[in-house]
Amino acid sequence: MTTVLEIRNLHVSVANKQILNGVNLTVKQGEVHALMGPNGTGKSTLAYALMGHPHYTVTAGQVIFKGADLLELKPDERARLGLFLAFQYPVAIPGVSVANFLRTSINARRRAANAEDKGMPIPEFRKMLKSKMELLKVSADFAGRYLNEGFSGGEKKRAEILQMATLEPEIAVLDETDSGLDIDALRVVADGVNALMGPKMGALVITHYQRLLNYIKPQFVHIMLGGKIVESGGPDLALHLEEKGYDWVREKYEDKVEAK
Amino acid sequence: MTPDVKIAPIKRVIITTRKTEEPKLASLNFTEADVKALSKIKKDPTWLAKRRLDAWKKFASLPMPTLNDEAWRRTDLRSFKWNDVQLSALDSKFKPKRVPATYLKPLVGKEQGGQLVINAGKIESGGTASALKRKGVIFTDLLTAAAKHPTLVKKFMGKAVAASEGKFAALTEAMMENGIFLYVPKKVEVTLPLHSIISVSGSSRFHRILVVLEEGASVTYVHELVSSDNKEKTLHTQIVELLVGKNANLKFVELQSLGMSAWNFTHERARVGKDGKLDWIFSAAGSHLTKNFSEIDLDGDGAWGRMSGFYFAEGDQHLDHDTQQNHNAPHTTSDLLFKGALRDQSRSVWQGMIHVAPGAQKTDGYQANRNLVLSKAARADSIPGLEIMADDVRCTHGATVGQLEEEHIFYLMSRGMPRSEAEKVLVDGFFDPIMQRIAFEGVITRLKKQILQKMSESGSGE
Repeated sequence: MTTVLEIRNLHVSVANKQILNGVNLTVKQGEVHALMGPNGTGKSTLAYALMGHPHYTVTAGQVIFKGADLLELKPDERARLGLFLAFQYPVAIPGVSVANFLRTSINARRRAANAEDKGMPIPEFRKMLKSKMELLKVSADFAGRYLNEGFSGGEKKRAEILQMATLEPEIAVLDETDSGLDIDALRVVADGVNALMGPKMGALVITHYQRLLNYIKPQFVHIMLGGKIVESGGPDLALHLEEKGYDWVREKYEDKVEAK
Repeated sequence: MTPDVKIAPIKRVIITTRKTEEPKLASLNFTEADVKALSKIKKDPTWLAKRRLDAWKKFASLPMPTLNDEAWRRTDLRSFKWNDVQLSALDSKFKPKRVPATYLKPLVGKEQGGQLVINAGKIESGGTASALKRKGVIFTDLLTAAAKHPTLVKKFMGKAVAASEGKFAALTEAMMENGIFLYVPKKVEVTLPLHSIISVSGSSRFHRILVVLEEGASVTYVHELVSSDNKEKTLHTQIVELLVGKNANLKFVELQSLGMSAWNFTHERARVGKDGKLDWIFSAAGSHLTKNFSEIDLDGDGAWGRMSGFYFAEGDQHLDHDTQQNHNAPHTTSDLLFKGALRDQSRSVWQGMIHVAPGAQKTDGYQANRNLVLSKAARADSIPGLEIMADDVRCTHGATVGQLEEEHIFYLMSRGMPRSEAEKVLVDGFFDPIMQRIAFEGVITRLKKQILQKMSESGSGE
């Protein structure tokens, strides 16, 4: 059965300020959706709300994931169900190596599925990690470094993609994965994402700029403005944005979205 | 040129007076007759019997520490019932439980050069590799050493910690029922680690540990302090003396795994000679209350000393570590890192001082204390200090008290870890720098097990 993430009329506030004003969006396994829009329009809020960040309050609406009411679940339960968020600003976790972190994440999943599980055997884990690192062209010393500590912008994003590769989500939300990357780093990260894309994974790629979409090809493009998706279309919509910028969207929908 | 200095008039002076203590101070019921009886039972040589009595006089003359004493400001002893304490060493009918085998496993490497177990003041088991004995290494209980090697014990005992240093140092010297004596002769390198366990039970126990490394000697020594009953209210006091000679090299791992109801008071000091090295590791997971004075005296030119501390308090535990790094000679290096976590309504105190003596130029001193407070009711006090009497030195310090960050927990949960698992990973990460310094696999495993146990217990334990 195809996994579906269905967002229905989602309203979200942060610190009593309404940010999302009724988002409707459906992402299926195997599909790549791009969510675009000017800064401050609620794209990252959507990402955090989907993952269950405690500071984001859902005031109305529903999210159905694999038939379950996603909003009733804790972040770890959402993750174990197959949802993944690649963070725009991943935090550094001092004292915890990338490998140790990944192994603990995998074992937490196995234990949740079966309380008796003893965890993935170390040789099996090492082999799996090595193959994922090779796939993503990540250097071998990466595994032993403290997660995100002292990482460059590009390394942080690669660490996120490595986590995605290891945890094999069914739907992944990539929040501004291109931000802060130069063109070379962007290419490396995009290659990684493409290597993982396929019929088993669906993705919601959040980006401000069209340039990421030169490397990651979406089938669907959505434009968010004022906490709502105002326009949806195919890949040509992104090209249109590239050419014309966001001004025409603002002009067209300004009076339709609530003033901030 | 005289700078024009203006001093602002003082507008208001606030004088705060500390609350006066209740004058009623309980004390131990022990008497000089008890000291003499103990001497008799332990078959003390005359010199030791005399030292006990001198220490007893010292003990009697010193007042019980109160919150008015600077070193004891944050550690309240008023709730301890001193009158109830019995001298367990004089209880001839006392039958302790044997020390569980889990404690006897080597903590460093697989093979050991020797192991000693002291239970309720008596040696329960012990043995030293004959190759070490042939080289003149002595690793035995302190009473046996005092009888068999009186010259050595007499020469070194008290060289680092004097009975006059405090109420509990005096008490330990007077009431000492046994302990460990380790002596490594000149230029002898002990390659296999040594291991000792002291198990505490009954109403009171008093021990001292004396480690002597002569010039050029080297050894790794692990000592663990345990209780046979987690709920027994035992008073334990201890003196630890580490004498590291010229060019000698000591790695000393000291694990405090007492029961949760023990009251523990220790005075510990190391003296390090010219170009000597001391790597001193502490852990504190047990005891209801601990007040530990640990000092390192870098006495010789080029001496090096590192102190690494791990503590984890839970329930109503109170762990107080008072450390001092004394640079008494030029070109000396000290490096201290203490890291602790606290949950429930537990409390920790770390008070550290780097002292650089006049003329101790080109010294390098470092101290840092990091605390992770895991609950609202827990509290960590961290007080670093510098006292520098030389002008060409480098001394740095840092102290932090922090909490787990919600953003970190969310990040880990977003990868599928339940909150409790995420917190455990973050706590493990917090302690990682101290584990790196410890480096001994077995010790790390032991400490990680303690962390896991402390993290998984719900509520205050009891």
